[in-house]
This record gives sequence, C-alpha cells and structure tokens, in this order.
Amino acid sequence: MEEELFISGRNLPNIDPSLQVWHWPISLYLFLGGLAAGLLFFAALFYLMGKDKEYPVAVKVASIIPPIALSVGLLALVYDLTHKLYTWQLYMTIRIESPMSWGAWVLLIVTPISFVWTFSYYREVYPKLEAKLQVFKRFKFLNSVEKFVIDNRKYMAYALIPLTLVLGVYTGILLSAFNARPLWNNAILGPLFLTSGLSTAAAAIILLSKTAKEKHMFGKIDLALITIELALIVHMIMGYYAGPEVQVEAMQLLVGGEFTLMFFGFVVILGLIVPGILELIELFNNKVPVIVPAILVIIGGLVFRFVMVEAGQLTRYLY
Amino acid sequence: MVIDTLKCVGCSDCVVACQTENNVPIGYCRDWVTESVSGTYPSLDLELKSERCNHCDNAPCVRCCPTGASHIVEGGIVLVTGDECIGCGACIESCPYDARFQHPDGYVDKCTFCHHRLEKGQLPACVSVCPTKCMYFGDLDDPNSEVSQLLKSRKNKTLAPEAGTKPNVYYLT
Repeated sequence: MEEELFISGRNLPNIDPSLQVWHWPISLYLFLGGLAAGLLFFAALFYLMGKDKEYPVAVKVASIIPPIALSVGLLALVYDLTHKLYTWQLYMTIRIESPMSWGAWVLLIVTPISFVWTFSYYREVYPKLEAKLQVFKRFKFLNSVEKFVIDNRKYMAYALIPLTLVLGVYTGILLSAFNARPLWNNAILGPLFLTSGLSTAAAAIILLSKTAKEKHMFGKIDLALITIELALIVHMIMGYYAGPEVQVEAMQLLVGGEFTLMFFGFVVILGLIVPGILELIELFNNKVPVIVPAILVIIGGLVFRFVMVEAGQLTRYLY
Repeated sequence: MVIDTLKCVGCSDCVVACQTENNVPIGYCRDWVTESVSGTYPSLDLELKSERCNHCDNAPCVRCCPTGASHIVEGGIVLVTGDECIGCGACIESCPYDARFQHPDGYVDKCTFCHHRLEKGQLPACVSVCPTKCMYFGDLDDPNSEVSQLLKSRKNKTLAPEAGTKPNVYYLT
C-alpha cells in the first residue's frame, strides 16, 4: 500500500485535485481546426487535379466553412488564454520545439488564405449576393484584387496542401508533445487527429453536396479515412497496453473507466463503425440517406476531441 | 537543491516563507509539503518531502512554451517572464510535477529558487528558514560544493525520473 497526500494544504486552482487548465474552447478549436484543415486540403487537392467542375462543393461551396471555423476556433483559443492582452507575444518569436508556436504561425498563414479562397469563388457560388454588394462598384480596387486572386488560385492551392497537413497534424501533436500527461504522450495522436479532421471534412462535403457523383466520391473517401482511423485507434490502445505503468493506468480511463461510454459508444461505435457500415451499404447502390453517417462522423469527431482533452488532463505522474 | 527527508518534520515553514517572500497570492503556493506512507501495517514507512519546481535540465515547460517566456537562465534556473507569457497553459500541461500555476494576474508563476535573493548572495527563502536545516542549496556542477558532497555520501532520489526531465531537486532518503 502506498498513499501520498499534501499536508501543507496545496490546492492550486485548476490543478488540484486534477488538472483543468484547458477547457472546452480547446476541444472545440481542435475540432474546428481539423475540420477547416481537411476542407481546405480537399479544396486545394481537387482544384489542382482540375476537378473543380465535377466536385463543386469540395472546391467552391464548402470553402465557406473554413474561414468561419478558423475564426470561431481562434476566438475560442484566445478566450482560453489567461493573459490575453499579451497574445501578440506569440508572433515575436518562432520556437521550433514548441508545437503551439508552429500552430500559431501556420494559422497566421492559413486563416487569411481561407478567406481569400472563399472570396475568389463568391461570384460563382452566390450569384445573387453579387448584385446586392454595392461595395464592389464603389471600390474599384476590390475588383482588381479579386481578379488577381482568381488568377493566382493555383499558387494558393500549392501552399494550402502542405500547410493544411501541418495544421491537421499539429492539432494532435499539440497534445502528444506533453510527456507529463501519459494519455496524450503517444506518437500516433498526430496522424490520428489528421485522419479524423479529413474524415469530418469529407462528411461536411457530403452534407452540402447536391450531386450523387460527389456524394459517392466523398462517401468512398470517408470510408477509407474511417478505416484508417479505426486502425490508428487500435494501434493507440495497443501502444498504451505496451507502455509504462502510467500509460497503462491512463488507458484505463478509456477502456473500462470514466470515459469508456463516451469513447467507445460515441466515438468508436456511433462515430466510426456505424457510419462506416452505412457508407459501405450506400456504396453498393442501396439507398441510404447519406446525411445520417455524415452527421454521425462530425459528432463523433467533436466528441473525440472533448474526450481526449478532458481525459488527458486526468492523467499524471505524481500525486 | 538537496532536501533531507530524514530531517524534515513537515512543519510547512518553507511554504509560508515562500509565500511571504514572493508575495504569492492567497490560495496559491510555489512549494508544498507531501506526506507519503508506504508499506503494510504495522511496518509502515513515512516520508515527508518539501516539493517545488525541479528546475529540470531537460525542462518540458521551456520546450513547449510558444513565446519563449519560460527560459533557463545561467546557472540552470528555470524562470518565467510575466510580460512574455500569454497564459496558454502549455507549460502547466507539460510539467510532471504540476509545479506551475496561473497567477490571478494571468501569467504563469512558479518557484524561482528565489533568484532575486541568490543575486544578492542570499539563500532561497525556504532554505534559510527551515528549522531542522533539512534543505541545502548550492552548485551541483561543482564537485566540492556541499550539495554535491551530500549526494556522494548519502542515498538519494529524484521525483518521477521516468518522466525524463532530469530534475535538479534531490531527496536524501
């Protein structure tokens, strides 16, 4: 038997008895960041493949989501800082060893590109809006900016592919870089969060798309991503089992502990296996309302971020 | 820093001295005392430890800090520059000792080994007030210092060495 307790009455806010330094805004941001990264990745990829006419939702229509998602996500991030007025200090340095520094800089580049990308398509996607926007008639330079942006879409797409992959991976690496939290400290979290982000993005495209062809294509992509994600989750759990004592203990939160229902019920079964099966049935030309698996995947992705952020903070080395 | 767990009586003088010296806000602390009991009754073993930031050589808080507010100064002490800290909490998440906290003013705060006292040639407040003189402070890189000699002659341990941070607070057992 071993028992340890504080006798000097340590009771630090948000730290004792268990860490609660990162709250819901972080989980929400990790979800929105992954979703936006995935959507921009697909937009850039299908644009570069010259398929923007075949898959208009992926390239044009869904691109309205990333600027909103990133703006909300960034506001959520700043909201969770405790020294908010000093946020600018993030951009006074580049710290190679700090995932958060990487993320801050990548967001500084990706967020404006996401706005510009949407801007470059607004005439095509919202033809009625154009007539209403008098601002373009008054400010001539906006028209020339728009023309410049449309002419240079290719370069934006080339930049977006690596940047969105970094953004997607970073949402996971942000957590896995902390060896003090055994649940987070596994190398698979980066690829896992990237896959999950791409999968929720594919689901969002399915939700918005109107043609059977596009729904079908992204159904296939989503099915492949769900399969990869399930495999990565199996690897993650195997890794915990094979890890040191603290990781075995951490894993018990997910397997047979407080977060089992949330993790296996909402993330693995309802968020991955059920939509995977539905998408498979749909693939064999059976009528399945694709909206169901798509919504399940998106909710599963969101719950997954919450489970990892909350459960990770319960795991520690001492006390 | 070297702390003799056999001499410590758990009086918490070090905690109060630190709070007074460093104006630590009420409800917070930069150091604390733990009591651990191990074994099976009746052969129980009691250990008292005064704990704080370990000023690790491989400090994860410094590594993950996105602004460079957490840094290591000459001599190996880990400090936080309040005006560079954005309060993101990454360092708190990264510390296996949970030695950092968010100051009510927003920035992250923790033990400084009383850097301001060391500059004047004084000992850290906790060390200087300890009534049992169970705490020793000195240069671990100097083989002739009191702390190095103690570590050579006595059995000792660090906390959570498996976290890989190379902590610099040693406990004589």
